[in-house]
Amino acid sequence: MSEIFGIPIQAFMGQLMLGLVNGSFYAMLSLGLAVIFGMLNIINFAHGALYMVGAFMAWLGLTYLDLGYWQALVLAPLCVGVFGVLIERTMLQWLYKLDHLYGLLLTFGLALVLEGLFINIFGVSGQPYSIPDEFSGAFNLGFMFLPKYRAWVIVSSLVVCFATWYVIEKTRLGAYLRAATENPKLTQAFGINVPLMVMLTYGFGAALAGFAGVLAAPAIQVSPLMGSNLIIVVFAVVVIGGMGSILGSILTGIGLGVIEGLTKVFYAEASSTVVFIIMAIVLMIRPAGLFGKEK
Amino acid sequence: MSRSAIGYIALVAFGLIAPFFIYPVLVMKVLCFALFACAFNLLLGYTGLLSFGHAVFLGTAGYVTGHALKVWEVPTLVGLLAGTGAAAVMGWVIGSLAIRRQGIYFAMVTLALAQMVFFYFLQAPFTGGEDGLQGVPRGTLFGFDLADDMNLYYLVLAIFAASFWLIQRTIHSPFGQILKAIRENEPRAISLGYDVAKYKLLAFVLSAGLAGLAGATKTLVFKFATLSDAHWHTSGEVVLMTLLGGMGTVFGPLVGATVIVTLQNELADKVGSLVTVIMGAIFVICVLAFRRGIVGESLALYRRMIGQKP
Repeated sequence: MSEIFGIPIQAFMGQLMLGLVNGSFYAMLSLGLAVIFGMLNIINFAHGALYMVGAFMAWLGLTYLDLGYWQALVLAPLCVGVFGVLIERTMLQWLYKLDHLYGLLLTFGLALVLEGLFINIFGVSGQPYSIPDEFSGAFNLGFMFLPKYRAWVIVSSLVVCFATWYVIEKTRLGAYLRAATENPKLTQAFGINVPLMVMLTYGFGAALAGFAGVLAAPAIQVSPLMGSNLIIVVFAVVVIGGMGSILGSILTGIGLGVIEGLTKVFYAEASSTVVFIIMAIVLMIRPAGLFGKEK
Repeated sequence: MSRSAIGYIALVAFGLIAPFFIYPVLVMKVLCFALFACAFNLLLGYTGLLSFGHAVFLGTAGYVTGHALKVWEVPTLVGLLAGTGAAAVMGWVIGSLAIRRQGIYFAMVTLALAQMVFFYFLQAPFTGGEDGLQGVPRGTLFGFDLADDMNLYYLVLAIFAASFWLIQRTIHSPFGQILKAIRENEPRAISLGYDVAKYKLLAFVLSAGLAGLAGATKTLVFKFATLSDAHWHTSGEVVLMTLLGGMGTVFGPLVGATVIVTLQNELADKVGSLVTVIMGAIFVICVLAFRRGIVGESLALYRRMIGQKP
């Protein structure tokens, strides 16, 4: 059997794949955070909770309404997106003129409410969600087996991330969005409905979190705590990458997922802290983040 | 005599007689969290820095004090000082990294670094992992047996009063004025020639040390140190206490801590896990409608009543 750095290639590639899967989730969530921060100037602490709600919607749909994976993949993000729009209209829109900190505090409160409600109803233990039939089994790549569902998570999240990047950087809608991020007053003076765009941006960010949640449901157990465990790592990812660049947050997310996966191979004890250690190093060397601009 | 001095004396008087009609352990818990919130307020309310990882200082001091008293069997006072010192050192490390970023990033950096320490505590052998560090002896102080709740109570009260006084002195000192200047307008403070990074770091270390003192005292009161003290939920709680009481006010954190601890104590049996939901809802309401907190809003109301402009 062939080896890389004294590790069986099978185990090495397995962890690499798992790292890519985690990296895809980091990328999707940090992308959502960056888009929301750009428009609303709010760090959405509730992002993890929305991701958890997305996963639970898929599970609830399957358990009580007999909705399959594909329906859930469309409907759950839609519902979470509408929920996001409601949050923006009823609460967040009153905070734009205040210090950024209030947005963080409000969404932190929302995250506690959502997490607490789901714990109260479903308990802290995870609910299993089986992998859809289309993706059971694995590809035999010769040197390793690649579970089909993992391949699907990586591919679909990459497609979603790059579609988002394309829309924001290359289309007319994206141009409005970037203009409104740069100077909302002037953009509004040109006749573009900025409050509507802000509302839809939050809705889209929430939907993205919901989509990530549905993708995650078959890969890990659906539990009320899945969001808060993830969101803090994603915050570190965002600090490392800087929120100025869409492509930057995607690349940072995937890269850190891979590094985390490889750490599991070589020094498993550090795998839960490696992202934070990298954050500390980046703060020492390049405080604005890898893709951030010094202000 | 100034009004705040009268308020201070009234509080001390109340503190002296409180354990005769309220369960002393509950009052001690309130005092520990009030000290924690006051230390936090020094940073958020007076320097404008939102640390979202302050629980780590509470937790670190708790573990170090617990370990020193239980395993090394040092005198109680040394144990308390060891915990406080460890938290201050931790504050210096985390603070010097976090002050490299401003505003919202500062909050995220502190949260992430605190989570890193939390994971370390989860795995480290001396913390007892999920079970926590149990059976910490309280020991004696100046010949008083601290195993007696009443003796310990007056020690905790003395610690709180001294720390509260220290925080007031800090706020009203020239150093405190510079912190307020940084909060109001950081570029201006820099242009006036102040080494802002140094002042921020000093405020952070002071706040971390006092939060550590709260954690060390808490370990003494409950005779154990747990992982939940270092969890981000606790970091959120101290933000909530300060926000609810009124950030940037002298008595706000004390009021906020009293309300939240009492609420948790009352509700824990009745609603179980819904406590988190209620805490979250209070957060949302405070941010949307009640940003000056209980003390801040009361002061504003009082000023309106006597016809002063707010």
